[in-house]
Amino acid sequence: MALYSGTFHENYAQDMAVFPTKLHWGLLIIFLILLFTCPLFFSDRILTILTMIGITIISVHGLNILVGYCGQISMGHAGFMAVGGYTSAILYAKLSFPFWAALPCGALAAGIAGLFFGLPSLKIKGFYLIMATIAAHFIIIWAIIQLYGLTGGADGLSVPRPRIGAIMLGTKTNYFYLVMVLACLATLIAHNIVRTRAGRAFIAIRDNDLAAEVMGISLWSYKLQAFFIGCVFAGVAGALLVHYISFASTDQFPFMDSVWYLGMLIVGGMGSTGGAIFGVVALKLLDELVTVIGPILSAAVAPQAAASVAIMSHGLIIIIFLIFEPRGLYHRWEMIKNYFRLWPFSHQE
Amino acid sequence: MEKDKNVKLRIENISLSFGGVNALIDVSMEIRDNEILAIIGPNGAGKTALLNCINGFYKPQKGEIYYKGQKITRMRPDKLAKLGIARAFQNIELYAGLTTQDNIMAARHVLMRQNFVAGALYLGWALKEEIAHRQIAEEIIDFLEIAPIRKTHVGVLPYGMQKRVELGRALALEPNLLLLDEPMAGMNLEEKEDIARFILDIYEGQGATYSNTPILRDGIRSIVLVEHDMGVVMDIADRIIVLDFGRKIAEGTPAEIKSNPKVISAYLGEEE
Repeated sequence: MALYSGTFHENYAQDMAVFPTKLHWGLLIIFLILLFTCPLFFSDRILTILTMIGITIISVHGLNILVGYCGQISMGHAGFMAVGGYTSAILYAKLSFPFWAALPCGALAAGIAGLFFGLPSLKIKGFYLIMATIAAHFIIIWAIIQLYGLTGGADGLSVPRPRIGAIMLGTKTNYFYLVMVLACLATLIAHNIVRTRAGRAFIAIRDNDLAAEVMGISLWSYKLQAFFIGCVFAGVAGALLVHYISFASTDQFPFMDSVWYLGMLIVGGMGSTGGAIFGVVALKLLDELVTVIGPILSAAVAPQAAASVAIMSHGLIIIIFLIFEPRGLYHRWEMIKNYFRLWPFSHQE
Repeated sequence: MEKDKNVKLRIENISLSFGGVNALIDVSMEIRDNEILAIIGPNGAGKTALLNCINGFYKPQKGEIYYKGQKITRMRPDKLAKLGIARAFQNIELYAGLTTQDNIMAARHVLMRQNFVAGALYLGWALKEEIAHRQIAEEIIDFLEIAPIRKTHVGVLPYGMQKRVELGRALALEPNLLLLDEPMAGMNLEEKEDIARFILDIYEGQGATYSNTPILRDGIRSIVLVEHDMGVVMDIADRIIVLDFGRKIAEGTPAEIKSNPKVISAYLGEEE
């Protein structure tokens, strides 16, 4: 990686910094200002889209640590979101926990569920682990439907509008702020985890588990840690989703979501924090594009066309990325940045 | 016993078999302080299997292994790394998705204390710890002369460089016992000479040159070298053990091994 012209790292702290120059800090601050002034410019509809993107980013960060960094493929991510969502909803609606306590409890419950369903990863990997995590999803959803007294079963559970002290979070604007603050925190935490000791251990396990063990990394401990961390992120996202809609139901956590989350990682680029964000934004924007062209299609082709366009476009995009840019959008973005880093005096071709 | 004092690792009568194949048959040996021990033998003699037993990959069916007097025969590999046994592999087993620098940092794992919560917050002591270990990683990078590839992903490095990064990763564990499985396989003469010099430098220690990095300053006083290049082995090993078809057939100084009729027949075949 080339350094920007005129910058020199004089100590290791500078070399390890995420934002190495004042320019980066400036761009970050401008981005944050733009992000948090969005409610001033945009309609409720766009705020809803952005809020959903924020929630999904939190969830996909977790999946990225688990799949992209630790290499433990999970297809039960929506199930773990459901654990977080339901726990938080029950604590808030039935046991009148305050919102600020119910949300972390939901996250923790999802993490513990992750630890439990992560146990098979100690013995199996790859395809078999995928099957085990798919089973985890259906076991969780089945348990939620069976525990009728607690969860409302198939009828769902309505949750009062969230509030922290006197601040009502029910409005779209306030909830947008809540989600964005948490999404920024999740991004920071996810990035810090993967660039420090635990993150290197995860990558070591992903790239070469035998060598990792010889180098002193306890496989079972770090695989379970990856499941725990990944599912805590999922739990936060699930809780935010349930409280946003003010209703908890198993329909909010369909199995296909787990698949699309993996798809988002493929499109964005597995194993990079930026990739998780890029992937979520790309596929969510594709969804919006589909809602725009869907009606046109159904008018032009057939009434049923619109419904299948969404799912087909997702599948198509994922296949295109797997073939033409398997390292994802974020890799492309890094290449573009590297090009302009030396531009126009590049000596590389 | 006086002799026992400087024994770092003792292997007592280990046997290892896979189904009907006997990889190791009743092998006993010791690795002492202050020596470079070479293990040689024809292909399939059981050299790598022996290292795998020391490493905890294979559990021998019979026999015991003691490290500094402690029984380690059925310990997990990661526990052994914490005890101070490091290894560089024959076939490169680096973390392809990490840079040279991060491969070496990843090996600092056992010597770092932070958990993922401290790492996630990245405040105060976690940051300090990262910097302290980065400093040592940089000294190792400097010692092995791989500074130009510090930020290169190891997957794209040429073979010789990958071998060198592997050596660096083993060093970063700060081991008491270093196992090198064919560190010069597939190298040309110049690269072999480089690696031989590194091994001797690691063994001897660099003293004041790297005064802040204990592992480079004091050296590693027990090195096991599995190698096919007889020239190298005869030049740098203090003691040689010869394996053939899973059995130890000879042990001694390079001069003794050179004239041992069993060794000659193992390598060249019986005279008619």
